[in-house]
Amino acid sequence: MAAQAVSLSQKEDAGKLVLAAAGRWISSFAGQAEHLVSEIERKGGKSKSVSIDTTDIEQLDTTGAWLLERMRREFEGRGASAEIIGLDPRYKILLDEVKQTNTGKDSEEPVDENAVVDSLSFLGEMAVGFWKDTREFVQFLGSAVVTVGRVLVRPWTFRFTSIVHHLDRAGFRSVPIIVLILFLIGGILAQQGIFHFRKFGAETYVVDMVGILVLREVGVLITSIMLAGRSGSAYTAELGSMKMREEVDALRVMGRDPMEILILPRLIALIIAVPLLTFIGSMAALFGGLVTAWLYGGFTPEIFTERLRDAISWSTFWVGMIKAPFMGAVIGLVACVEGLRVQGSAESLGEHTTASVVKSIFLVIVLDGAFAIFFASIDW
Amino acid sequence: MANVETTAQSGKRPSKVPDNYPIIRVRDIWVSFSDHPVLKGLDLDVKRGEILGFVGASGGGKSVLMRSIIGLVKKQKGTIEVFGRDLDQLSEEELQAIERRWGVLFQHGALFSSLTVRQNIQFPLREYLDLSERLMDEIAIAKLEMVGLPAFVAEKYPSQLSGGMIKRAALARSLVLDPEIVFLDEPTSGLDPISAGEFDDLIKALQQTLGLTVFMVTHDLDSLHTACDRIAALADGKIIATGPIGDMLKSDHPWLRAYFHGKRAAGRLNGKKA
Repeated sequence: MAAQAVSLSQKEDAGKLVLAAAGRWISSFAGQAEHLVSEIERKGGKSKSVSIDTTDIEQLDTTGAWLLERMRREFEGRGASAEIIGLDPRYKILLDEVKQTNTGKDSEEPVDENAVVDSLSFLGEMAVGFWKDTREFVQFLGSAVVTVGRVLVRPWTFRFTSIVHHLDRAGFRSVPIIVLILFLIGGILAQQGIFHFRKFGAETYVVDMVGILVLREVGVLITSIMLAGRSGSAYTAELGSMKMREEVDALRVMGRDPMEILILPRLIALIIAVPLLTFIGSMAALFGGLVTAWLYGGFTPEIFTERLRDAISWSTFWVGMIKAPFMGAVIGLVACVEGLRVQGSAESLGEHTTASVVKSIFLVIVLDGAFAIFFASIDW
Repeated sequence: MANVETTAQSGKRPSKVPDNYPIIRVRDIWVSFSDHPVLKGLDLDVKRGEILGFVGASGGGKSVLMRSIIGLVKKQKGTIEVFGRDLDQLSEEELQAIERRWGVLFQHGALFSSLTVRQNIQFPLREYLDLSERLMDEIAIAKLEMVGLPAFVAEKYPSQLSGGMIKRAALARSLVLDPEIVFLDEPTSGLDPISAGEFDDLIKALQQTLGLTVFMVTHDLDSLHTACDRIAALADGKIIATGPIGDMLKSDHPWLRAYFHGKRAAGRLNGKKA
């Protein structure tokens, strides 16, 4: 039975084409049935009258009924008169129902695509998207500042508890991982320095290098990148799913500004957390450098701290620290903007979370470059 | 076992079980969540070709029963037979073959949000069958039009649809393999009375066209009156009554009286008499 589950045979009868369908015309065998139908459509040609005999059909479902109807329409389209005969009455309603579908009304024609036009329109969309991004970001920054102003005027609306909560999540709980990573990076920097500087007898300058590099750049950059990945993505996902489930709208209709309740605490928490973590992380990196220099390079801790005191100045330290809150603000703003742009689907949530992390890391680096130019020109 | 193969292949085995044997037969089923029993030795039969309305208090275990029949909730005790076969006795492949013979409409539609309606409807086709793109497109449109949606909806994403459209599109997806049973979890909740009425008519029409058996969890008194052939009422973890709406209205059971003769129901009945 399995070999011949469906069949379709044809015979000419006095200029009339009779197609006999038999077997089980159901979706499980639709592949075979469709093959048979297109075979017949291809060769069965010029008859002016076609009848599709369905007396021997054992079982019919929507898919099978559609295939019969499609064949009928095909012959009709060629100018023949075509009909379906001999159908078991219990399948009549089904066929009638199917006859009313796929009539082509209300359907949308797929647009023809052209590679050149496509890539051009993609480029255009990117450019417009970039402009929109920038505008939205600036708008958002503006409304964040306005909200800060409003909170300053009415300090009792300030959500202290919420900030502490976010500070705990984004700041305090990031301490172990940031300390660990920066400790290792400090160690690696020192090891590399000692290894290469030794060749021209400049090992002692390793301390200068580690000190300056860590305090000015590495500490704040690594901390920001870690927080963009750890907290920025979490913010986007949280706000995004709140947006999807209309929780943000619910806040708004209850007369509460989402900016004040959801975004400001997160933003402020990051602005506070990044400098603190940068400080802790930089200390860990210096300590990592000290340990490596001691074990690998033979500097005692006393010599290391002595050299460090000579090598760095307050300005070296402040360069890193001044940058930190700006990094926090950028990460927070990007995360919140992206979170609020999430549309209904789960895919959109993933898309914006990715965008949030990528954009905030990119902006952190760009901002760092801008600061480098600034500090160089004021000779710090 | 030759018939296992056919089952896996065809999905619709001409069954050996007698026609009057219940298509779903639940016996002495116990389900509890962290020591809190929800279903306590429940028995239920669903006859082939009927629309069974399943009522009960919110949180009383209606969805739990439906979900344990379709295998989403584990039962502690009892047997569930579908198409005359005990689901616990089946191998993985046999179970999959059975699963193809039922469709489920979840309460909120559960359309995949990253796929268009057309892709959603085609999903079971793509997973189970090897069909040409053209045929799959045509089937998707056919199903969509059968549930009363215009063809252009096919290219929309679920987030672009209204609640009623989502339910219809989800129904189209659950019907795409021409199942023999559909499980509907509160199909009319959240719809306006006109849409809900249309949905009831649709279920009824599809049941007649496709020869479906419908298991419908519902709170909608109008659905119970117009669409359902039989009603089963769940209270305190057991079925307290089954029968057509007339029997339910006559019953003396306090919970049934409260349900069918409460303020909301009374308004409806009076309206009907007038």
